Amino acid sequence: MSLQSVGRVTRPEYDAPTAEPGTNALLQNEPLIFERGRFDATGVDFDVDDSDTGADDLAGLIRAVAPALPGLSEPETMRHYVRLSQHNHAIDLALYPLGSCTMKHNPRLGERMARLPGFADLHPLQPMSTVQGALKLMDELARWLTTLTGMPAVALSPKAGAHGELCGLLAIRAALEARGDARTTVLTPTSAHGTNPATAALAGYQVQEIAQTVDGRVDLTDLAAKLGPHVAAIMVTNPNTCGLFERDILEIAHLTHAAGAFFYGDGANFNALVGRVRPADLGVDAMHINLHKTFSTPHGGGGPGAGPVVLSAELAPFAPAPWVVRGPGGLELMEEASGPAAKAFGRLCAFHGQMGMYVRAVAYMQSHGADGLRQVAEDAVLNANYIKARLSGTLSAPFPNGPCMHEALFDETWLEGTGVTTLDFAKAMIDKGFHPMTMYFPLVVKGAMLIEPTETEPRRELDRFCDALLDLAASAKAGDIERFKTAPRTAPLSRLDETQAARKPKLRWRPETAPA
Amino acid sequence: MRYLPLTPADRAEMLATAGAASIDDLFVDVPEAARLEGWVDLPIHQSEAAVERQLSAWARENRAAGAGPFFLGAGAYRHHVPASVDHLIQRSEFLTSYTPYQPEIAQGSLQALFEFQTQVSELLGLPVANASMYDGSTACAEAVMMAARVTRRRKAVVSGALHPHYAASAATLAHSAGVEVERLAVALDDEAALIDAIDEETACVVVQTPNVFGLPVDLSRIAEAAHVAGALLVSVTTEVVSLGLLKPPGEMGADIAVAEGQSIGNPLNFGGPYVGLFACREGLQRQMPGRLCGETVDAQGRRGFVLTLSTREQHIRRDKATSNICTNAGLCALAFTIHMTLLGGEGLAKLARINHARTRGLRDALAAIPGVEILTPRFFNELTVRLPRPAAETVEALARRDILAGVPFSRLDPSAAWDDVLLVAATELTSGEDILVFAQALADMLHGEAGQ
Repeated sequence: MSLQSVGRVTRPEYDAPTAEPGTNALLQNEPLIFERGRFDATGVDFDVDDSDTGADDLAGLIRAVAPALPGLSEPETMRHYVRLSQHNHAIDLALYPLGSCTMKHNPRLGERMARLPGFADLHPLQPMSTVQGALKLMDELARWLTTLTGMPAVALSPKAGAHGELCGLLAIRAALEARGDARTTVLTPTSAHGTNPATAALAGYQVQEIAQTVDGRVDLTDLAAKLGPHVAAIMVTNPNTCGLFERDILEIAHLTHAAGAFFYGDGANFNALVGRVRPADLGVDAMHINLHKTFSTPHGGGGPGAGPVVLSAELAPFAPAPWVVRGPGGLELMEEASGPAAKAFGRLCAFHGQMGMYVRAVAYMQSHGADGLRQVAEDAVLNANYIKARLSGTLSAPFPNGPCMHEALFDETWLEGTGVTTLDFAKAMIDKGFHPMTMYFPLVVKGAMLIEPTETEPRRELDRFCDALLDLAASAKAGDIERFKTAPRTAPLSRLDETQAARKPKLRWRPETAPA
Repeated sequence: MRYLPLTPADRAEMLATAGAASIDDLFVDVPEAARLEGWVDLPIHQSEAAVERQLSAWARENRAAGAGPFFLGAGAYRHHVPASVDHLIQRSEFLTSYTPYQPEIAQGSLQALFEFQTQVSELLGLPVANASMYDGSTACAEAVMMAARVTRRRKAVVSGALHPHYAASAATLAHSAGVEVERLAVALDDEAALIDAIDEETACVVVQTPNVFGLPVDLSRIAEAAHVAGALLVSVTTEVVSLGLLKPPGEMGADIAVAEGQSIGNPLNFGGPYVGLFACREGLQRQMPGRLCGETVDAQGRRGFVLTLSTREQHIRRDKATSNICTNAGLCALAFTIHMTLLGGEGLAKLARINHARTRGLRDALAAIPGVEILTPRFFNELTVRLPRPAAETVEALARRDILAGVPFSRLDPSAAWDDVLLVAATELTSGEDILVFAQALADMLHGEAGQ
């Protein structure tokens, strides 16, 4: 095919002469700004009446020369970044089936609302009497999060999911220390997100893994054996990273609590449950919620996110500052870990968290409402099961029995003998116009392919996606290895040499690399 | 529901394909006791217009910074962001893409990150910069942890003129990792005390410049003392525009430099999202937190970019990772890069000089008011004054006259008992008229006004 099915002409099959290598029709190659711009120019005009009064008072502290950075005019800047943008896949272009990442449509209402001057142009330390509307919005977000999870309290300030995990574990640590019961260990299942053990280590705990059963769930026997007076908490994702609901979740919570430990829920997969299951009813003591997943604030190429943490009544007093309280003159922020907030474990970051993300999340929540959010979970789960059903006869599912939740997991058993790996197969998906699924995660499955379609995919797109994968599967089985080993062939670049990148790290541009 | 494309007919057919009689069949693994039968107790769905009405009403209950005279800084600054920046970051390909794990179809984000890292490295004066942190305060906390790993020591000496929120955030993270944080007493200038506090156990010294009071700090003597003791110097900058005028921290001996990048490309946003800048000297990069973008070639030898040195990161190293950070501040970093691309080094230098000039104007106006004492002998675009009455109540009273006068230090650190101290800032958006109105109102308040 010379055309990707998404309609982007990338590399034609004939040898067309091109202005610059890799430049074709709508997709233009673009050098770095350092190779294009002038170092003595600026693309910004300043007010003409500005009289420079000098900086003699700063003698000895002033830099000798201006930073060596090019300044591009607005037209050059627009072209540069528009050209770069066209080298990116995006959810607005096609299905983006990254398992555990919840790449769903981002409503543009959120963008408009977050840019209202009454939200975007507010300083975090303005007098509270001048930001009552902002505090109401934070209060509204707290109301939705606590109601949807059934938990009594929420700490809003964590800046992303992993930051939320840290918040939860630090609250647990503070609660244990207050009991005079310092503990040393956090348990995580073998299928856990990498952030879980990394967070536990950052919070000062040793990490011990819990085994998984053959049907992809936490092994209760192993859990019971590993629980003890040294265990501070267990971190469990539910649905887990195999896309399965932990059927024994109530027993897991019971065993954990009986051992005097806390149950931390990783809320990355809350999209499967929202409006249908409340984590409080599963025995969770603390859980972060990625607003950039379930509540659809844009991923932005890797952030910003937001990771508020809902907390049980026992953990709530240890939540970090700040939080919103109702005072005599209206809403107020409790900003210090002292006085009535004396048990707070401290502060996680400057100011009050990701307000811009709160606005988008509240717009999303109010738009969907209680009814729409329940439908979100149902459609997300239905879409994943539809994909699982359509692909299961061809791709091998490690846990074929029973429904999956919001993501469908396959492995590479079905590719045995073809010479094609999960990586090859995923890279070939790019030539079909789709972003690869999450690969080689969870670690418990060989050559894992984790597909999360989300609820915002229309059936037609799901079918297009399944048809593309089935076509590739037929190719692999027919021995067309070349198609896979050389994939992607229609992307702006072919496979990149990651070994060289790591062996001789080149992490910034240097003048000597400029073309002569 | 406008965001849900499946029709009832789709759902029925898809359930049949999935071999389920009803949607409930797909939730069979949920214990019965935990299944919600109806909707949760929240309002039902609303039209776009209705949501817009509600949120706009809340937005109107706030006094936007740009709606009148405004002098707040203390870690967040109001600057002009060119219209093209906001347009470009809303392009779908940037806004709705994920972390660039598949480099063949993410060169747009990756090349922009490589440009970002180069800009940050140049501004902070250190050779290696990462692809961003959540914000300046978390970057500072991570820098302390990194210094402890590099030196294998467990104590951080923190300046009393470090933004109190930054000090608190670093203390929180350090506490759980068993790193002791020694925060010096709040002081305008504590160079001597810092040098005195460094010993053989010290992993790092953390110094802010310009510091929370607005005072630019020459780091070189502190750096020298730290290095003699085998400790690292961590520098913190909350106003990145200052680097257009002041010496970069790397040039003054910082081993790790962190900064809040909000001032370039990003609005105030009531405190977030912002973007943390993080740079270090050569040789320390394998202990860095966060993502790094590196240059490489593709199978045909063409230049390309990838996320690299990921063996430091949580998704590979799990509990041995240098940090737990995953999602960071990609789009805010992009906004920073685009604005910085427009400015260039020359533009940033010009912008910095304008900021300084406006602040000198502010200083002159406030210094002329009897009873107002200017505490900062030097400053960039922010300075500290002592008032003859509590700063918090002065700020409240001026807010009632629609002037946002600054940040009372007591708001940042009530325990310091510096209740009469006010932090004020001016930028290129502060007009001479704003300064006049503020100074007049403050003078009236302190000394009465005719006919009041």
